[in-house]
Amino acid sequence: MSKTDVSRRGLLKTGALAGSGLALPTIFTAQSAHAYTNEPTGSSVTLGFNVPQTGPYADEGADELRAYQLAIEHLNGGGDGGMLNTFSSKALQGNGILGKEVKYVTGDTQTKSDAARASAKSMIEKDGAVMITGGSSSGVAVAVQALCQEAGVIFMAGLTHSNDTTGKDKRANGFRHFFNSYMSGAALAPVLANAYGKDRKAYHLTADYNWGYTTEEAVRSSTEAMGWETVAAVKTPLTQTDFSSYIAPVLQSGADTLILNHYGGNMVNSLTNAVQFGLRDKQVNGKDFQIVVPLYSRLMAKGAGANVKGIFGSTNWHWSLQDEGSKAFVRSFGTKYGFPPSQAAHTCYVQTLLYADAVQRAGSFAPCAVAEALEGYEFDGLGNGKTLYRAEDHQCFKDVLVVKGKENPTSEFDLLEIVEVTPVEQVTYAPDHPQFSGGALGTCNNGA
Amino acid sequence: MDAIILQILNGLDKGSAYALIALGLTLIFGTLGVVNFAHGALFMIGAFCAVTLSRILTLSHTVIDETKTDFLGNPLKVDVPYVHDIFGIAAGNAIIDWAVPLAILFAIPVMILVGVVMERGLIKHFYKRPHADQILVTFGLAIVLQEVIKYFYGANPIPTPAPAAFKGSFDFGAAIGFDPNLIIYPYWRIIYFLFATLIIGGVFAFLQFTTFGMVVRAGMADRETVGLLGINIDKRFTIMFGIAAAVAGLAGVMYTPINSPNYHMGMDFLVLSFVVVVVGGMGSLPGAVLAGFLLGVLESFASMREVIDIIPGINQIIIYLVAIIILLTRPRGLMGRKGVMED
Repeated sequence: MSKTDVSRRGLLKTGALAGSGLALPTIFTAQSAHAYTNEPTGSSVTLGFNVPQTGPYADEGADELRAYQLAIEHLNGGGDGGMLNTFSSKALQGNGILGKEVKYVTGDTQTKSDAARASAKSMIEKDGAVMITGGSSSGVAVAVQALCQEAGVIFMAGLTHSNDTTGKDKRANGFRHFFNSYMSGAALAPVLANAYGKDRKAYHLTADYNWGYTTEEAVRSSTEAMGWETVAAVKTPLTQTDFSSYIAPVLQSGADTLILNHYGGNMVNSLTNAVQFGLRDKQVNGKDFQIVVPLYSRLMAKGAGANVKGIFGSTNWHWSLQDEGSKAFVRSFGTKYGFPPSQAAHTCYVQTLLYADAVQRAGSFAPCAVAEALEGYEFDGLGNGKTLYRAEDHQCFKDVLVVKGKENPTSEFDLLEIVEVTPVEQVTYAPDHPQFSGGALGTCNNGA
Repeated sequence: MDAIILQILNGLDKGSAYALIALGLTLIFGTLGVVNFAHGALFMIGAFCAVTLSRILTLSHTVIDETKTDFLGNPLKVDVPYVHDIFGIAAGNAIIDWAVPLAILFAIPVMILVGVVMERGLIKHFYKRPHADQILVTFGLAIVLQEVIKYFYGANPIPTPAPAAFKGSFDFGAAIGFDPNLIIYPYWRIIYFLFATLIIGGVFAFLQFTTFGMVVRAGMADRETVGLLGINIDKRFTIMFGIAAAVAGLAGVMYTPINSPNYHMGMDFLVLSFVVVVVGGMGSLPGAVLAGFLLGVLESFASMREVIDIIPGINQIIIYLVAIIILLTRPRGLMGRKGVMED
């Protein structure tokens, strides 16, 4: 028979200590020997690419991943160098970042906030990623951005268009190159007024989630400022596939313009349904009925097929741009993969280069040093003309493209034509603009 | 009044899809006693039969057009479909244009084969297992099937338009004395409704007026007794599974011009179709059809702006709300019979 000296009180104390230790997130404890989270100490540095590899945006995620792989190749001195040759900053030399070879790990966001956070957390904790980037959804971007802020790593957002990403949900460790809902509205409204007149009655169908709300608000306020009247705005469930019951009443409302604040599968289906109902063949209030899609994506336009012809929208970038940066990127991407890059691919490629350049200029991977290097940074040669990473909200300010579905496409990629390059001044807003109010950047976090 | 007529029309075509899928589900449940959660995947495979045929018809060889350049500045490679070479450009284009209706002929044998293979290869092993096991295995199968489709066709929707002859919409309002443009309805949706009616009528006629159908109905009522009479009811039920798969597949084929098909479209319909089956009454074929149209119309009404303004969010819950009310007042559904799923 053995005797143990463990008392009940001692067991409880030990258990409580061990429990509280285990309960502390490893994110906040594991790197205590370093100056900041995941400080790279060897000859390489790891970046985390968090993109949708499954789910409805998997094709967009695949294009983002191609762009990231191309960026890594160029950063490490491979390929033709792409936009490194046209980038206004010459800090990057094609020898990695600060002389360290760039490696990467990938995560699958599944376009679900919880899955995206889990994959980002895994890349930070297990793979030692010093920066997280990617995504095709504002919900995901906001969730991962908050995680990166807590963890003390930089988040370079991928495709996220909601005002909130750099508005009420902005974070000091997060940066967005992609444009936003406000910019879409500000760029589109004058073009629409010019093409369709200032006396229009608009009917909005809006996806019932955060991005839909901010896009509707932005387009409404911009078009109403031009003289348009909004006769109705109807929320549609995100899971809706057949929009006929929402589209059929549009003509009865007296509206002569339908604005589809939808993205992805929602946009493909609502636009297809609207064209099926023959809305574009109708005359209302003595005018031809028109449809507008505020945010275009080439990959989504492909899904809608011929229905996009002649329909206005906005986009962050398009492969047909003729500036040297865009041409260099299209050449690199097209030669490697056999087709032109999407806007999602472009923003992800650029974000990787901008991060690497900021580290190089800062001389450190420390998030606060990188953030300081990015804040207020002006650059050119990356496809959108002169661009500013505004310090107040970490939003890039650059020209915005107004596009239209092409009437006579020459290939499956040639779906959109650029109608106007809206100058940056027209889409710039004050940091405290009402559409972006309610949040604070806070202070950057180095983690560790 | 015009708004009400419009929403009834809308509900009828939406209800057509629900009714066709629910009819297949009920056929399988009524004959084999299996709760088939892979039925939505059959709808999706049917849609991809149309996509596949469309791709077959547009199989092309490449011709270099020296007068134009591609995005890299190289001479443009132009795809020329083989059907242009075989039938000439005009006839070739007409064949490609009619890909969706032609896909009906393509989909029928494919879907019957898929259904029979599914039943013989997997589902027959679960006949005597609890319904929970059947649901799990068929749900798993549905996920596998949609991932296979995604692997080959990608995640983005694929536009599969209706023939040019059916583009545009019919001014229903003007035809019945209302102002023009008040009640418009796309030609293809009218075709879809008529097609669904034809298929539903065909299935009922097959069961009602053929010897095969009579045996199947007898088997649905009392499988054991039919077996004791020396009739191989299992073989007939397998064929019925194939027919149910074909019904779902044809619903999918004809749905492709309404919404561009994607790998997830089956799941979008599956849950609603199960609600339709339960509301109609488990095992009741007329109940499934009736509930399909009923819930389709109700869903359309709930999507009206005037209704949403009064009860926000009603458009998202109406079907489930009605299901709860019907099941509380008529626990066996609208046309359910005593003894079905009550053991």
